[in-house]
Amino acid sequence: MSAYIIRRLLQMIPTLLGVMLLVFTLFTLVGGDPSYILAGKHLTADVLANIRAQLGLDKSLPEQFMIFVRQVLTLDFGTSWATQQPVSDIITSRIGPSLTLTGSLLVVDLLVAIPLAATVAYFRGGLTDRIVTIACTVAMSISALVYIIAGQYFLAYKLELFPVRGWSDSFLVNLLVYVPLPLLMGLMVSLGPDIRFYRSFFLEEMNHDYVRTARAKGLSERKVMLKHVLRNAMIPVVTTVMMSLPFMMIGALVLENFYGIPGMGNEVVLAVNKSDFPVIKAVTIYIAIATMVFNLLADLVYKLIDPRVQLK
Amino acid sequence: MTASVHTAPGMAAPVSKSLWALGWQRLKRNKVGFVSLWVVALYLAIAIGGWFNLLGGGWSREIAVPYAPPSWAATAETEQLSSDVTASGGDASAPIVSLAPEDDPIGKELAAARKEAGKYALPEVDKRESLPFGADLRGRDVLEKTLKGTSTSIFVGVFGAVLAILLGTVMGAVSGYFGGRTDDCLTWFYSVFTSVPDMLLLLSFAAVSGRGVTTIIMVMALTSWTGTYRLVRAEYLKLKNREYVQAASAIGASHTRRMFVHILPNISHLLLVQFSLMTVALIKYEAILSFLGFGVGVRQVSLGSMLAEAPTELVQGYWWQMLAVTLAMSVLVTAFSLLVDALRDALDPKVK
Repeated sequence: MSAYIIRRLLQMIPTLLGVMLLVFTLFTLVGGDPSYILAGKHLTADVLANIRAQLGLDKSLPEQFMIFVRQVLTLDFGTSWATQQPVSDIITSRIGPSLTLTGSLLVVDLLVAIPLAATVAYFRGGLTDRIVTIACTVAMSISALVYIIAGQYFLAYKLELFPVRGWSDSFLVNLLVYVPLPLLMGLMVSLGPDIRFYRSFFLEEMNHDYVRTARAKGLSERKVMLKHVLRNAMIPVVTTVMMSLPFMMIGALVLENFYGIPGMGNEVVLAVNKSDFPVIKAVTIYIAIATMVFNLLADLVYKLIDPRVQLK
Repeated sequence: MTASVHTAPGMAAPVSKSLWALGWQRLKRNKVGFVSLWVVALYLAIAIGGWFNLLGGGWSREIAVPYAPPSWAATAETEQLSSDVTASGGDASAPIVSLAPEDDPIGKELAAARKEAGKYALPEVDKRESLPFGADLRGRDVLEKTLKGTSTSIFVGVFGAVLAILLGTVMGAVSGYFGGRTDDCLTWFYSVFTSVPDMLLLLSFAAVSGRGVTTIIMVMALTSWTGTYRLVRAEYLKLKNREYVQAASAIGASHTRRMFVHILPNISHLLLVQFSLMTVALIKYEAILSFLGFGVGVRQVSLGSMLAEAPTELVQGYWWQMLAVTLAMSVLVTAFSLLVDALRDALDPKVK
């Protein structure tokens, strides 16, 4: 087990190196000279040379790449070009709001989608199944943008059930006042595909021989479903959830942008708008590391739930 | 031709053809799938019409008063609203305060200017009070905008998907077929691209490149080839040792020929499904990118850039542009998704 983990961790090094090369190529070679952006209106040869020296742009490409490697190893990406704040400060202050929204979105989504998916899979082909499947298809066909625009207009502006947009410093206030509307709109987008996805897992499990055997043994339907089918169908569900965790860190991009939530997603959009490369670089590297770590965790959890799984 | 399809199911050559023929038959039997096919075909026709400016080519012309309501929904209230707009904004020569010409300090100049006005007057455009689907802020026809926008969105989706499929297929085929170091290399490349979330990758690309349709298509292809790569690689790993491939190598077929003439047709149905799935996903992505301001340029229109105008319009009560976009997009996405389901069923060799 520990040998497996160490090997997987070692395998992450070339991948991380690749991500760094990709990001470096993108922002150094394709992105052009950032000193013009930074110089702004005070464009003189002196200012440009000064900025270049500060950023290390007067050095050769390998040297510049080494600076980037040092940044990644120390996890210190310097200061934001737009606000002059340290990048690490920006990220630590933005991650909270993102996780508040995406975390509650994940919990509510699972609480609704799994029981519903199990129920419709159990009554497969029946009226409930058809209604839920059609509802999911229709819900999936409407753009996420339409939900957030219409949701804000009707539920917040017209009916005044929620605040139109905003965020506070208190976690509880955020959770009770500012999260519900984006949460609801996020659910409208995610429930459709998730229910259909989980339904297929349950259906597949229910067609296995062991279910017939369990029934033949005389187990009650409740026991068959809860003890056998649910447990086995949860394996792919847990894996999918684990894989989606690192993505929660960049938050629900459009939701944050639209409802004025000061999270990572909003920060990324702002950074892209202002060509704030240090912030984008840092976020990309952090998310890449998180994705690799969570992929490994997903495999370990997989093993924990299903002892038959061989980790090699 | 049809006879050989039915009589020779065991022979190698006609089987690959009969998969498509059988698939077509099954698709025709599936009513929902068949209707979806026609709806998608209609949209593709709109997209091509829009490309050649046959449909929606005049979307940027101002042909109505700002926010002219849809004619079928125009009530007395909205008529009043739009005529107010014309009264205050349209008729500039109307005197604002009634001063006698001799009391007015600039009366002489005004009178002279009015006399000369006819010389320089622009041809008066007869702006319409209402349109079948209403107008936007600048009095542009929402129907034409929607047609042109749908066309742009479909083109971004289709070309992006084609490029991504090409990239993914060639890399997946090479990786799965040759294996070894080539496979290690390409799989490393794949894992690099998958460890950065799509949206972040899209935005990073958008940050360094300019705006515009070509850029979005390139960026989408570069970020979404990975799914196809994994699928194609797995299929090639499975198929490369099959007997028909060995037979091909025995008669001297080159590697390229074996990869793309012999193996590729056997996975083409998977690619078709993958292509349709990706087109829908990219149409949705384009909308989100344009909404956030990283999509099509300001001189172009897409469903996403139209939706970006919707929040401010809704607050003022102008709902028609958003409704038109929502309808156009929902029908397209629903038809496409149903078609993908039908295609998957029809082309699955395991079914009957």
